[in-house]
Amino acid sequence: MSAGILATMASVAQTGIEPISGPIGIEPISAPVDGAVPTPEITWAALLPLIILGLGGLLLLTLSSLLKRKAPRALYPIWTIATAVLAVASVVPVWAKVQGFNSILWWDFRDLWWQPATTAPGPFSTLGGAYGVDGFSLFVTVLICCAVILTTLLISGYLQREELDGPEPYALLLLAATGGVVMAGANDLIVLFLGLETISIAVYVLAASHLRRAQSQEAGLKYFILGGFSSAFFLYGIAMVYGATGTTNLVLIKSSLAESIPRHDLLLLVGFAMLLVGFGFKVAAVPFHSWSPDVYDGAPSPVVAFMASAVKVAGFAALVRVFVAGFGQYAADWQPLIYALAVLSLVVGSSLAIVQTNVKRTLAYSSISHAGFILIAVEAASETGTAAVLFYAAAYTFMVAGSFGVATLVGRAGDGRHSLDDYKGLGRTNPVLAGTLTIFLLAQAGVPFTVGFVAKFYAVIAAVQAGSAALGVVAMLSAVIAAFLYLRIIVAMYMAEGDDGGSDAPADPADHIHVPRPAAAALAICVLVTIGFGLFPGWLTDMAADSTVVLVEQGSTDASTALPGGQTLIVDDEGNLVPAGDGAVAPTEASDPSADPATGDGAVEAPQVQDPAAAEGTASVERP
Amino acid sequence: MGVQIVVFAVCAIVALLGALGVVFARNPVHSALGLVATLFAIAVLFVNQNAQFLGVVQVIVYTGAIVVLILFVIMLLGVDTDEDLDTEPLLGQRWAAVIVALLLIGGIAGIFFVEGRGEAVTGQVAALAPIVPGIPSTDAQGNPTTAAGVDTFVRALPAEQQQAIGEQNITQIGEHLFTDYVFAFMITAALLTIAVIGAVLMARRPKRYEPMPELEDTSYEDVDELSTTGEVTG
Amino acid sequence: MNVDTIDLNAGYLVLAAMLFAIGAAGVLVRRNPLVIVMCVELMLNAVNLTLVTFSTMLNDIAGQIMVLFVLVVAAAEVVVGLGIIVAISRRRPGATADDIRVLRG
Repeated sequence: MSAGILATMASVAQTGIEPISGPIGIEPISAPVDGAVPTPEITWAALLPLIILGLGGLLLLTLSSLLKRKAPRALYPIWTIATAVLAVASVVPVWAKVQGFNSILWWDFRDLWWQPATTAPGPFSTLGGAYGVDGFSLFVTVLICCAVILTTLLISGYLQREELDGPEPYALLLLAATGGVVMAGANDLIVLFLGLETISIAVYVLAASHLRRAQSQEAGLKYFILGGFSSAFFLYGIAMVYGATGTTNLVLIKSSLAESIPRHDLLLLVGFAMLLVGFGFKVAAVPFHSWSPDVYDGAPSPVVAFMASAVKVAGFAALVRVFVAGFGQYAADWQPLIYALAVLSLVVGSSLAIVQTNVKRTLAYSSISHAGFILIAVEAASETGTAAVLFYAAAYTFMVAGSFGVATLVGRAGDGRHSLDDYKGLGRTNPVLAGTLTIFLLAQAGVPFTVGFVAKFYAVIAAVQAGSAALGVVAMLSAVIAAFLYLRIIVAMYMAEGDDGGSDAPADPADHIHVPRPAAAALAICVLVTIGFGLFPGWLTDMAADSTVVLVEQGSTDASTALPGGQTLIVDDEGNLVPAGDGAVAPTEASDPSADPATGDGAVEAPQVQDPAAAEGTASVERP
Repeated sequence: MGVQIVVFAVCAIVALLGALGVVFARNPVHSALGLVATLFAIAVLFVNQNAQFLGVVQVIVYTGAIVVLILFVIMLLGVDTDEDLDTEPLLGQRWAAVIVALLLIGGIAGIFFVEGRGEAVTGQVAALAPIVPGIPSTDAQGNPTTAAGVDTFVRALPAEQQQAIGEQNITQIGEHLFTDYVFAFMITAALLTIAVIGAVLMARRPKRYEPMPELEDTSYEDVDELSTTGEVTG
Repeated sequence: MNVDTIDLNAGYLVLAAMLFAIGAAGVLVRRNPLVIVMCVELMLNAVNLTLVTFSTMLNDIAGQIMVLFVLVVAAAEVVVGLGIIVAISRRRPGATADDIRVLRG
């Protein structure tokens, strides 16, 4: 991913655009003697978040190796946070383009170099159709960057406390985030697999990165073995989908599934099941959850915050993208599987969490239960469901990062004090910390006026609207069970006095937990979000609702090989193929931020409709 | 054609025996050798399927690099001692594994022969219908249905043309790798970087280490004693 | 001739399924982390064989390119996995997946 190579490819990309995919018979290749291999068009601006994250990680390593003296302690975390913030900033213009704004607040995008008239506002895909840029992927990108920022704030104090240093954890965080962003936008199963492996391998290492704790390395090993096992299943699923449909591109899969049923659709169905095994492992859904309590228990607490937020968010994003958007045609076939996963996760997660005596394990089981909640929104397979998934993921990112942030601090030096007994009397010795944790736990329990309540509400609404009222009931019952476990921790903090005397005994100074400033900042952000969006969820709700998954053919490059006539079709997530208008005109009549072509029905424009008849011919693609 | 069947039969047997060797050998070194046999057989099968480039890469990367790395670690750690396979670690785990394996074989192999719900059902594997526009379909006999596609079945060609295909194999892979799959190619850069960082991080020795002497300084008995005392970290 | 082709393709797929199942069983049965890593490699190779077979059947090069990426992923996984195993074994030689009990319970 060096800049030089990228620049070269950019220049090549301008030269010749020809059909590149398609049949590869043994007829002689059309001899590119002059070396003019047609390369896909690349919209670099849309890839900026990815490039910034990846390049930030690499430059961080380079920088650290060039520094003669020991780097100042704050350098790496500041660099990491700056990179993540920059990535978020680079999302804004892309978001504006996808949603059809011309400006956000004072920032006018019309003059930006990459805002050519060739592409109309609306979701698009780039890099040969391998990477989709839509509201959904951008929303998830921002979430993952937020998770990186929070984890960095938490881990900087942690590394200092544990006397571990070096730039590696930060570089791994940034590169893992790259993988997560790739997963969020992957329009190709093989790209998705690579993104999944990128984030997974980075997190295996991070989980094992506390070199002085045996538990940490064993957690890393366990995560690695089970992760590799599940990756193999996931890959087999990809192979089967490829065998059944002849392609790994989700756009092509979707359009071909809409046209006809593959002769071996059983292959496709087993492929779905295999893919779900892989996803189930990554998001820790029952019955593929067995790794998560052990790994959450053993891995460094800030890393667990990253695992529970970024990795899960990326996993769910990919799940929605592949199943809801890609295989939506087959929803009736995969919905029962997700239904079962959701019910099992909700019930098993909530009930096993109660019997735990270790707070990190309790939170791990509660995280399984939250995965069940998100799964019921996935199961809805609707636009509401997708929005609910995003809202829940956003809410959960901050709740869980905050919870494990407090666990990081309470674990104290050695990161070993996580039993429920260690939390006894926390309300007396560290009232602020205990109050913070209480907020996160209440939010996770779904108490009104917290973001957790809103998230659960939308998830259940999505399930009920999709006709799975029973699932909604199960979810609410399990939320009641789960509320008990959160209360248990709260009670331990405030009520139980433990063995250390009465309540009026002066607080032992040794019990006071030192809170590093970055960690305090992270907790403050989490509290603000948890309460703020709990009281005023409107903005986040709107954002989540705008972030629809749209699988779009790449504009000019691949369309001719994929569909006859070379026209570009835009598939919105209701399965309607929207033949695009003439992109050369593409009047960006924005300045009205409420204009939202992405979620509209036919308003999305795309370039190069060459043959109106062909556009009509594909009308059969529309979902019945 | 006959040659291909013979090659397939021999390599299939070698691959299966090697795979069983990986699972059932008590000594990790023997497992690794079984893995080499399987990987090599698969490489030959790749060539048999006109994927010459992959056949070569398979030998170089897998048998040449990955298995050697595994063997190297086995030797480095000195864990090439026999593992007790007679005692079952978890009750019923072995039966569970057998059942899982049989289910997988039955389920996966079964789907290739069971008819799907789709149209044009033949019950044959070749009926995997390439329904993506532009890719030729085949009918029940495996004959391409599109006229242009008649010659596209590689095996239907005379030998000299097949050789030409072998040369084209690399060209085709190269072209598609740097066009359609250029994004995936970029991501592998990040992936390999992570692998390097991970290996460096894991190999690093922290400043204040648990009381564990260097492996080279002690005999294994000493290490065992020390490691049991060092276990109090939890 | 085409009938032979069909049978051979089916044979490849079934062989791959068997290799995958053997690998999966190995992951479940074996305790030595190194052998488990080898079993995961076995599973990945079974998928590679499936991909190449589908590539031949569909007459589409994409399957073979996927195999290349799987090779890269497998290499990266092995490097990281062996790194973790070495780090653990430095601390406790002869560790098996069962010895790793600290987390059980």
